[in-house]
Amino acid sequence: MFDDFFIRAIFAGIGIAFVTGPLGCFVVWRRLSYFGDTLAHSALLGVTIAYSLDFNIAVSIFFISSAIALILIQLQRKTNLPSDALLGLLAHSSLAVGLVVIGFLTFIRFDIMGLLFGDILAVNKKDLFIIWFGGALILIVLKLIWKPLFASTVNYELAEAEGLNPDKAKAIFTVLLAALIAISIKLVGVLLITGMLIIPTAMARNLSDNPKKMVVFSIIGGLLSVFIGLFSSLEFNTPSGPSIIAAALFLFIISLFKIKQTIQLKN
Amino acid sequence: MRIENNILVKLKDVGLKRNDKWLVKGVSLVVEKGKIITLIGPNGSGKSTTAKIALGLHKNIEGEVQKLTDKIGYVPQKISIDWTLPLRVKDFMLLTDDLNDKLIDEALTLTGVDHLKNKNLGNLSGGEFQRVLLARAISKKPELLVLDEPVQGVDFTGEIALYELIKKISENLNCGILLISHDLHTVMSATDHVVCLNGHVCCSGSPLDVAKNKEYKALFGEKASQTLSIYEHKHDHVHSSDGEIKKN
Repeated sequence: MFDDFFIRAIFAGIGIAFVTGPLGCFVVWRRLSYFGDTLAHSALLGVTIAYSLDFNIAVSIFFISSAIALILIQLQRKTNLPSDALLGLLAHSSLAVGLVVIGFLTFIRFDIMGLLFGDILAVNKKDLFIIWFGGALILIVLKLIWKPLFASTVNYELAEAEGLNPDKAKAIFTVLLAALIAISIKLVGVLLITGMLIIPTAMARNLSDNPKKMVVFSIIGGLLSVFIGLFSSLEFNTPSGPSIIAAALFLFIISLFKIKQTIQLKN
Repeated sequence: MRIENNILVKLKDVGLKRNDKWLVKGVSLVVEKGKIITLIGPNGSGKSTTAKIALGLHKNIEGEVQKLTDKIGYVPQKISIDWTLPLRVKDFMLLTDDLNDKLIDEALTLTGVDHLKNKNLGNLSGGEFQRVLLARAISKKPELLVLDEPVQGVDFTGEIALYELIKKISENLNCGILLISHDLHTVMSATDHVVCLNGHVCCSGSPLDVAKNKEYKALFGEKASQTLSIYEHKHDHVHSSDGEIKKN
């Protein structure tokens, strides 16, 4: 069944949508979209390191993204630069260094477009296993830290005062984000993974009045985006990542009509 | 020994320095089960800072903090809920603890906002939100309640009712309460012990002692010590949040 590349891509997309839904909600609630972008950009460096050392790509991306997150925390402590400037610095310099290293690795043929925007042909059975196994692990850990993470998202001091450990939850969440990027690069690509996190979640916000509903709608939005995106990618021979994100945008636009309705109801 | 066991939090000679400036210095106080301690003082006198030190929210402090309970309810002075996060009152009630519906309803009824259970937090008025904050803090039946200006934005009759509720909670749950306020008169009548702060402890004792204290008068003016008696009256009925008189 998994011998067909398209079936593999669909199942990879389903696995990823289940993880981007809940993680995306926290990215939006905690205003981390640019942070997610930075981790994703640094993933390219992870890919090049994996190729040059002949190492597993997902593992390599995971370590590089986690390292970038740690460097960011250090820079935030030691410099007087605002966070968005530091994020920009790390995002673009790691992307640039990654591309420069690719330039040196002339002995390997790279599909740069595939790395940046995703390539459904590239998803093999091993990737599928990594996505589903890694994704399940991410969701289990997220479930375990849900309470302190959610409470501190609402109010940090309240969570800490009442005995939860917000700093630990935040650190673990950062690692989960790095892990998600590591498993989803092949399907969605470096430049668009943040879109997969944010756009279905933004759609879900328009349809929800409570956090659980928002998570569920976010997952559904992700799944629909994957289906619509991948089928149109197959049909029109477009790159998989942009097709998925365009589908998500389409769903977001439809969801805007729903807010318009509720606003009219209120008045 | 019994007295020792009643202690929930003990601050000994505590101080906090930020950018070479002492925010508070040399503060000692004890919160005991069933007692209400009120911190009063002008703006910037370190009331909230002291409460946060007691809660363990400040790192790198001088002096000694002993926290002998984990069952804590906290009403912070400022809290803003981002509109990106859809949150109903009942979701908010479950924020730090898994409570059953009965406990949630009970707490919301006590603070007079049970009708808001399914409302979105962002649509509440300041006073309603404050009542929800208080309900959340008491719903888990804590041993220690830290209330940082819990009645700000609440209408006048509601204010008195909530202070009476706070007093009732401390008796019923036998929990210790650290209360911060600057409306002197209402607070003074419902407190066991008052600590008057101005960067340091300027005086402390029973409400009457503090009201007579010279430094207190210097800080708040002659009028303040007279206001005490005015509001020391008994209410023979209870108001719900919309002003209706409730029979009990």
